Amino acid sequence: MSDDDAVVDVRDVHYAIGGHAVFAGLNVRMRRGAITAVMGPSGTGKTTLLRLIMGQSVAQRGVVRVFGADVARLPRPELYRLRQRVGLLFQNGALLTDLSVFENVAFPLREHADLPEPVLRDLVLMKLQAVGLRGAAELMPSELSGGMARRVALARAIVMDPEVLIYDEPFVGLDPISMGVIVRLIQSLNRLLGITSIVVSHDVREISAMAHYSYLLSEGKVVAEGSPAELNREQKDVVRQFMSGTPDGPVPFHYPAPDYFEQLLQPAGS
Amino acid sequence: MALDALAKLGSVALFLIRVLGQCIPALARPRLVIAQIYNAGARSLVIIMLCGLFVGMVLGLQGYQLLERFGSESALGVVAALGLIKELGPVLTALLFAGRAGTSLCSEIGLMGATDQLAAMEMMAVDPVRHVVAPRFLGGFIAVPLLTAIFNCVGIYGAQLVGVTMMGIQPGTFWSQVQGAVGLRDVNEGVIKSLVFGTACSLLAVYEGYHAEPTAAGVGLATTRTVVTSAVLVLLLDYVLTAAFL
Repeated sequence: MSDDDAVVDVRDVHYAIGGHAVFAGLNVRMRRGAITAVMGPSGTGKTTLLRLIMGQSVAQRGVVRVFGADVARLPRPELYRLRQRVGLLFQNGALLTDLSVFENVAFPLREHADLPEPVLRDLVLMKLQAVGLRGAAELMPSELSGGMARRVALARAIVMDPEVLIYDEPFVGLDPISMGVIVRLIQSLNRLLGITSIVVSHDVREISAMAHYSYLLSEGKVVAEGSPAELNREQKDVVRQFMSGTPDGPVPFHYPAPDYFEQLLQPAGS
Repeated sequence: MALDALAKLGSVALFLIRVLGQCIPALARPRLVIAQIYNAGARSLVIIMLCGLFVGMVLGLQGYQLLERFGSESALGVVAALGLIKELGPVLTALLFAGRAGTSLCSEIGLMGATDQLAAMEMMAVDPVRHVVAPRFLGGFIAVPLLTAIFNCVGIYGAQLVGVTMMGIQPGTFWSQVQGAVGLRDVNEGVIKSLVFGTACSLLAVYEGYHAEPTAAGVGLATTRTVVTSAVLVLLLDYVLTAAFL
């Protein structure tokens, strides 16, 4: 991958929270026009990586470049201009609870584009139609299910026609129909509009079906990368364990604890 | 401890500068500010008017009892009007505002933070200080002096209700005493106090909400801190301003 090809370029990033190292020399690149997946067990810093890419957090060492600009050094107005080119789908949707579904989707347009009301209305309805919620335009976020809220948030993320779309765990808590729709939507947004997509997820099956390139993170570093087929052929234990979803392997399922039987035999309160 | 307090003071001051910087852009969207004046002001009207009425009535009773000892009960209007305009109106309105609207502002912003709504705005390149904080701050800043004026009017009416209707003071005497004793300087003192208190209470509410830990307990704690700090600060500022106006 050439440097010019990379929309997001994360180089040798070190990041620690409260003395705990989340990343220790992370290197990741997201190619223009591709769907790149970032996978890894819970707690490997996938969401932290998104925060670094969006300039919400700053790495202690290393560089995060988006569209060639070092996001940590951008002044706020320029960072905001960059964010207008990037859509982010939050894990929980993060809809504005005092606005209706329609107004939530219209929000970025009202803030950044001076559009006549009929044009704005048509744009919002088109995006809501794409996620199948045109009929829910007048509902409030409190009246939506978790899956519906995520789909509204996706409509809001694409309403400004961003060049890059970042999805933070887009499949969590979705029913099979909604999940299928979202997978197809991510693919069609990527194929038809050429939107660069970054998907953070641990749904191996869905990711394998759509990602062009995947990174597998573990313990603050990339432990494997390549196309889904390449990852499936990878022989490293950590990759095999993650791809097949088994509890035994280098990634411990249990949080560090004293011996199970010893603890059960100890009197309560000791 | 002292260093922590100093650091917090500095943090509040920096936040005030940031909020003030966003007030003019926020005023460019008057719809948001008007909605907040309605939320913080109009929705506090019932409690403000009710409390104003009872405070005025108590002032009427106590004032009448006291003045009667010196045979000067006709001066009840002066005592009630000056007491309300210069002191009780601004202070009690600010305390009621902190309890009724300050808590609501703080918890609303705190919950927006806890549910990633503020982060979502940041990611959509919308400054949450401009869109969420500044309109709420302005709403409180504008609402408190208006609420104070209403509190004062209802309070004086309450004192008149007791003095004239119950105790038999001549209405003409009551109102002419009020008109004669209350000068522009007294009104100015009340207005300045209510502006300062409105700024302090609104700032503390939005500051605590914006910096609340994004958990249920964190938002609860921030709401409690808003009321306690507002109450102490209002009384402290009241002393400073009263001394300055002497």
